[in-house]
Amino acid sequence: MAEVGDVILSVCDLRTHFRGEEGIVKAVDGVSFDLRRGGVLGIVGESGSGKSVTNLSILRLIPDPPGRIVGGEILFHRQNLLSVTDAEMRKVRGNRISMIFQDPMTSLNPYLTVGRQLTEVLEEHFAASPADARRQSIDMLARVGIPEPENRIDQYPHQFSGGMRQRVMIAMALLCKPEILIADEPTTAVDVTIQAQILDLIGSLRRDLGTAVILVTHDLGVVAGMADEILVMYAGRVVERGTADDIFHRPSHPYTLGLLRSIPRLDTSESRLVPIRGTPPDLARLDAGCPFRPRCDFAEARCSESYPPTRTVGAATHEAACFVDPATAPTTTPRAEVEP
Amino acid sequence: MKTLVSVENLKMYFPVTKGLFIKRRVGTVRAVDDVSFTVEKGEILGLVGESGCGKSTTGRAILQLYRPTAGRVVFNGTELTRLKPKALVPFRRHFQIIFQDPYASLNPRMTVGSIVAEPLVTHERALRRRAREDRVKEILSLVGLSPRMIRRYPHEFSGGQRQRIGIARALALHPEFVVADEPVSALDVSVQAQILNLMMELREKLSLTILFIAHDLSVVKHMSDRVAVMYLGKIVEIAPFKALYASPRHPYTEALLSSVPIPDPRVEKSRDRVVLKGDVPSPLNPPSGCHFHTRCPIAEERCRIEAPALVQIGGSGTGHFAACHFAAE
Repeated sequence: MAEVGDVILSVCDLRTHFRGEEGIVKAVDGVSFDLRRGGVLGIVGESGSGKSVTNLSILRLIPDPPGRIVGGEILFHRQNLLSVTDAEMRKVRGNRISMIFQDPMTSLNPYLTVGRQLTEVLEEHFAASPADARRQSIDMLARVGIPEPENRIDQYPHQFSGGMRQRVMIAMALLCKPEILIADEPTTAVDVTIQAQILDLIGSLRRDLGTAVILVTHDLGVVAGMADEILVMYAGRVVERGTADDIFHRPSHPYTLGLLRSIPRLDTSESRLVPIRGTPPDLARLDAGCPFRPRCDFAEARCSESYPPTRTVGAATHEAACFVDPATAPTTTPRAEVEP
Repeated sequence: MKTLVSVENLKMYFPVTKGLFIKRRVGTVRAVDDVSFTVEKGEILGLVGESGCGKSTTGRAILQLYRPTAGRVVFNGTELTRLKPKALVPFRRHFQIIFQDPYASLNPRMTVGSIVAEPLVTHERALRRRAREDRVKEILSLVGLSPRMIRRYPHEFSGGQRQRIGIARALALHPEFVVADEPVSALDVSVQAQILNLMMELREKLSLTILFIAHDLSVVKHMSDRVAVMYLGKIVEIAPFKALYASPRHPYTEALLSSVPIPDPRVEKSRDRVVLKGDVPSPLNPPSGCHFHTRCPIAEERCRIEAPALVQIGGSGTGHFAACHFAAE
């Protein structure tokens, strides 16, 4: 495992809101975290939890309108990315901080050869000569494990399989040797044997190049093996953070505990899964209380009055935003497996 | 145990054509290529494999949603593959399907009541409107939806609730056999468990036999009694899950099992992962011999030439079959 170094990115109290027909949607509401050089930060949550919006906010890719970053700071080497000019932001985006998206089918331009899309990055950011850009692109394709890169570089995206396209995306993201790679569900659209290849690749890049990685996923298994630190998000907020060991072996927020109980594991045999009842909340209709309380087995009266403060559990690195500790507290609501 | 569904040498080929007006046949996709297995009454048989391996096509060909190119499908003693489309209709009520995408598989212009009633309208014509509505309400509460929702439209429901509607439709006729084609892969993790538990409950209550198709091995393991693994149109291994997990006999199964991430950092640190090289080849032009030899870590010359047969491992009665020249070693 690579040496984890200084903090290079610090997100403080980020708030990104969207104006919708039904009012303000607080997609991200007070998210903070630090990312260290060579570290892997996992962000886990279900659809609508705000994990993707957090990352799009870091790169200032939120469409405005309807979205808007309404508060907080994103400090990249102590410089607040939210206050730099658009021109300066372009130098950061894709160059020092790169992103790979979930769907490699729609993130590549079908009209341009893969080579054109790769060399463009180098010509744009480094004013590389066409020959030089081509050579570097071929090297990078070889590095991410694409066979015959000299020939493949002149092909179009549709001539690549899903896993190969995701590699092209990774190659593109790494061309500028970014300090931070944001991988937003990088393996959701690919098969499990290809997922193993991609995760292997991300792991080795971090080891060899010292790239810091933000790995966003809904798959708890993926972060368990990859991440040093994990954030669990629910309804736009971080509900629990800790090391992988903290999160998986001492879950301290009822939502984290619920998630872990609701997934089947390949290596153990559980007779019955314990689902989280209900469905994720409508973000336009949140009140002052904890948004998880309608689904929570530990909810108390005070949970509807105010959002619970962050509580440190055991190690200083482990925090949960809940009044109670599910490891010790009694359940307050009877379990209803199936709701009407 | 009694065999409910027997699949014998099933082949499902699709033509590949070129040309806008005059279509020329330029190739054949062998989506399912000589597959044989049985589904016993009351069991859940899991069918796993990666995208394009033919698992969904197998499910649909069994239900005669596609007419197979060759082979036999015998359901409860009746050879479905020999029946003409009209003669098949009365049998269809006994085998139904649950689709993957709860958004695309429900007609947005029909109410929940009419979606669930549709199979009854087709197959139980004698049923009066009132009696039919009662049946629909009964089946809705069986899947955990309120009978009051009968006049609502699909868009008013969440993904998990829509999948309940899809299940209700499949069960409206009390079928014996259900093909569940990736029933939870479009759902959020917390909702997945609700649907999996519901299917387990319904299986008990209605003594269902299920072919459970999925790409997620952890889910298949949780649901199934036996598991069949497919690769490029062929079954490479089939066994009770415990045996499959403890001693996989096909190198593809082994790689598949070791690729599944386990949500436990301590376990992940101590695992040896078999990372396969390369991609799944195109089913348009599958490799010679054993289809897996291009990615196989233990392939030899023989594998390039000779396709291995699916044979029982460790003596008769183990129920553990694998299609690899080196499976017995």
